Amino acid sequence: MKVVGLSGSKVGSKTRTAMEYTIKALNEKYPDVEATLIDLAEYDVQFSDGRNYMEYTGNTGYVAQTIMDADAIIIGTPIFQASIPATLKNIFDLLPEKALRDKVVSILVTAGSPKHYLVAEQQLKPILTYMKAQVVQSYVFIEEKDFYRKEITNDDVLFRIQRLVEDTIVLTETYTKIREAKEAEYGF
Amino acid sequence: MEKYRFDPSKGMEFGIYTLGDHIPNPHTGERISAQQRIQEIIEFAKLAEQAGIDFFSVGESHQEYFATQAHSVVISAIAQATEKMKIGSSATIISTSDPVRVYEDFATIDLISNGRTEIIAGRASRVGLFDLLGYDLRDYEELYEEKFELLLKINEEEVVNWSGQFRAPLKNAKVIPRPKNGWMPIWRAVGGPPASAIKAGLQGVPMYLATLGGPAASFKMSVEAYREALKHAGYDPSEFPISTAGFFHAAETTQQAQKEAYPHINLGMQLINGRGYPKQHFAQGADAHDVMNIGSPQQIIEKILYQHEVFGHQRYIAQIDFGGVSFDRLKKNIELIGTQILPEIKKYTAKK
Repeated sequence: MKVVGLSGSKVGSKTRTAMEYTIKALNEKYPDVEATLIDLAEYDVQFSDGRNYMEYTGNTGYVAQTIMDADAIIIGTPIFQASIPATLKNIFDLLPEKALRDKVVSILVTAGSPKHYLVAEQQLKPILTYMKAQVVQSYVFIEEKDFYRKEITNDDVLFRIQRLVEDTIVLTETYTKIREAKEAEYGF
Repeated sequence: MEKYRFDPSKGMEFGIYTLGDHIPNPHTGERISAQQRIQEIIEFAKLAEQAGIDFFSVGESHQEYFATQAHSVVISAIAQATEKMKIGSSATIISTSDPVRVYEDFATIDLISNGRTEIIAGRASRVGLFDLLGYDLRDYEELYEEKFELLLKINEEEVVNWSGQFRAPLKNAKVIPRPKNGWMPIWRAVGGPPASAIKAGLQGVPMYLATLGGPAASFKMSVEAYREALKHAGYDPSEFPISTAGFFHAAETTQQAQKEAYPHINLGMQLINGRGYPKQHFAQGADAHDVMNIGSPQQIIEKILYQHEVFGHQRYIAQIDFGGVSFDRLKKNIELIGTQILPEIKKYTAKK
């Protein structure tokens, strides 16, 4: 199973920090899972110009292909101006419309204010649903006060990250089994 | 219809098209050489003609996993290898070519084929050729519209005066040779949604509609939009043919046909579009109301006749060879078309 952790912003460090905890929890509990962290701060990704994702080259091609090859994606996103960052939206725009079919997608949000709690619910989930993802319904919401200098200081957040990782893997395994059983019935 | 060389008394035309894809056979993992693929396409066309098939066409795609980038050269070889079947392109990407050169090439093929040639001009669903040939993808729409208009103008007028954005102006330019009858059918290739079908109608050109999968009723919207647009622009829709194009595979039973076809279509889609064909959608393709003509000969006959009832189209072209299908399989399909499917289609669609 291939899981991609996608840290969706070029700004700040909190999402990246939380995603590192997430990948660490994933590696510890599921050593057989092939986990890749993509931090968009480290890649020079161009804006979508409408071509097929396979026709992008360089960093853009790498990021698009790695996401398309994944069985599950854990998206980490900050909230900017009451929405997801443009860097993250651009990733969706690079991909085909049903790109997330047969993939499980889970969400981790970092935000400066609890007022942003519903942003992922109202703005990120509709995108994932449109792109046919199987969305892990519960997401982890982390506030600024839960961090201290690139560390997470709230144990409850760590527990929630562990549950998110577990839910992501369990749902991916389950959906894969269901799909395989259903496809075996078709006889072609 | 006569202008476009259709005779309703002979029934709906049945054709074959290839994108010229060059994909490994998923059953063996092996890929034949580009030379063998091109020669098999020419052989495929000859067999199609022998089976009584009405039309054969070849497309261009400029990327990995294709072999007919120079599609007009391949069509030219088919013109020489056949005698009576109509031939054409499916499609010619006019956006990234010079319409003068395209017309010269196809008029020449028309002379070689003794007046059997047609052009189907499209916008490209795979856009790698824009980089390769030095065009800006941002001009995607305008490049097509301008160059397609020029191609149509050259077809109507032997001496052309024209100026536009993407090509040097033409002043009293004589575009020769002329096709055998001074003119040849030029179609607009249209994807699923109605927007492009409406443009075809407003331009007063015949329409090729890609119908790969999904309910026929969904594609009917594009057909109706096309005919409405023709009327709106002052044309008589009964004078303009429509052709549909889609997946085809025949075998003894529908289950067998699906089993044989799925690995090819899935791998082909995976390699050229980056996404396989979902099994659930493919399974629904067996439904009598789905446009995918994959099944037993009897089921295919029923589906094509149903589609004819829904669309009222003049030609259907079948894509049989997509995704590394072996030549033996192609021969088997041609045989089933020639002996079982074609006679029934003709019998039930011929206007008395």
